[in-house]
Amino acid sequence: MTDRPGQDEAYNFAYLDEQTKRMIRRAILKGIAIPGCQIPFGGREMPLPYGWGTGGIQVTASILGPDDCLKVIDQGADDTTNAVSIRRFFERTAGIRSTLITEEADVIQTRHRIPETPLKAGQTLVYQVPIPEPLRFIEPSETATRRMHALEDYGVMHLKLYEDIARYGHVSTAYAYPVMVNQRYVMDPSPIPKFDNPKLHMSPALQLFGAGREKRLYALPPYTRVESLDFEDFPFEVQKWDEQCALCGATDSFLDEVITDDEGSRLFVCSDTDYCQKRQKRLTQSSSEVRKEELAS
Amino acid sequence: MNAIISAPGQQQGQPPGASGDTLPLLEVHQLSHLHAPGKGCENVSFELYPGEVMGVVGESGSGKTTLLHTLAGNLPPQSGYIHYRDRQGDVLNLQSLSEGEQMRLLRTDWGFIHQNPRDGLRLRASAGANIGERLMAQGERHFGRLREAGRKWLDAVEIPLSRIDDQPRTFSGGMQQRLQIARNLVSEPRLLFMDEPTGGLDVSVQARLLDLLRRLVVSLDLSVIIVTHDLAVARLLADRLMVMKEGQVVESGLTDQILDDPQHPYTQLLVSSVLTP
Repeated sequence: MTDRPGQDEAYNFAYLDEQTKRMIRRAILKGIAIPGCQIPFGGREMPLPYGWGTGGIQVTASILGPDDCLKVIDQGADDTTNAVSIRRFFERTAGIRSTLITEEADVIQTRHRIPETPLKAGQTLVYQVPIPEPLRFIEPSETATRRMHALEDYGVMHLKLYEDIARYGHVSTAYAYPVMVNQRYVMDPSPIPKFDNPKLHMSPALQLFGAGREKRLYALPPYTRVESLDFEDFPFEVQKWDEQCALCGATDSFLDEVITDDEGSRLFVCSDTDYCQKRQKRLTQSSSEVRKEELAS
Repeated sequence: MNAIISAPGQQQGQPPGASGDTLPLLEVHQLSHLHAPGKGCENVSFELYPGEVMGVVGESGSGKTTLLHTLAGNLPPQSGYIHYRDRQGDVLNLQSLSEGEQMRLLRTDWGFIHQNPRDGLRLRASAGANIGERLMAQGERHFGRLREAGRKWLDAVEIPLSRIDDQPRTFSGGMQQRLQIARNLVSEPRLLFMDEPTGGLDVSVQARLLDLLRRLVVSLDLSVIIVTHDLAVARLLADRLMVMKEGQVVESGLTDQILDDPQHPYTQLLVSSVLTP
């Protein structure tokens, strides 16, 4: 049935049947045509529970080609359960190559991070989205939120920001920070830290968002304007750390705090494992070169 | 259909309102919205002039609130039309406006004070955010200016400035009602719809609210349509009255005239039913 060496022949290529993939591709095309607009699609049962990336996995399955190379990250890491399972899933059902290296990947499925390494044209980033509707917290009715999107009735989005500033003196929303896409649709960028929001803007890569439970997807075509909502006198700001990565010394990446014992010791490490390991490799290389030079002289 | 019916400088008419403007702000012709025969409002026609306060009185179920919601665009009219003269003097036909244009009108030029403040407020947002919401919807993106507007309007409706970051669900009924008024007036509307604004408040709180409303209406030159079953409220606030019964307007005219010399038997019954302590 197939000549792909790694693929389990019991499955159609990339698990979903061809009709389903076509249906999802049509929804993706519509999403790309209307950046930031949520498009409904006929979500299928997937062999993992809702909340584990059923939306992302269906989008990935629909766009994967036999020659594509796949990378999967979970909060920036390639080696967590979720990331490993999804990568293995596609290795088995599609027989495709996979990678841990951002630059080598054609398709990157991500849970709640954008890689630190800048993406290139031709790459596609697929996000897993729990709640696609940015207006949901203020308006529980789907009919009402659709009307609000249609009429660009977005005043309530600033209500939340106003409340944050009034209460804490700054905007306390640190992840899933709402953005305005192409000056038209307010979009939930999925729970990525707001640190990653500037990377959405004018990205050369195609960005697709899939929500499996809600059966919605949306898209940011390459080079789309994406602005984080803010006030003139309280402009959008990203997180900053006083520390640097304890492993690679990076000062420009998103850091996770790791508790190392029960006496309050802690260290900060990059959440993007690929970025961190590349930097560590470069550090050991350059230090060994220095040592060689020292030996030579 | 073009929403603009006529440009400025046409139209005749007598100004019964407080202001000297000769052109009506709102023109309603044969407006009907019936939930069932005799339930709702039927063939209601009137004109409202700038700065004029019109009261709609009648017993429960007479169609007052249905009329108000139909006028304010919350219910679609089944027949008749509503013409509104905007700030530029263009006459707009409400039904031919798009949904978005209607919404913008309702949030800027118009205001709606609900009988129950819980329907008109965001109870889980702070008082300041409630006041600022209209401004944010209109594109205000400066926190300092929103804050300033919040303080100004809290002061105008006599709510202590220290409560600006408190949620209105912690407010008393009278304060909630005043906050609802502030939230509507912040966009400097020209026309205000009120549905029993003093309902459910005790008499001393009612008196202060009425006093406040009267002051705001005069100082801001607002046109108001106020629905009430309380004839004392109507006498205090309204220049003109419409009496409704079973969806029909049975009598209309100047407030004093109607309350002191009622002509229709139903109005006579209504006026004679008022308890005097």
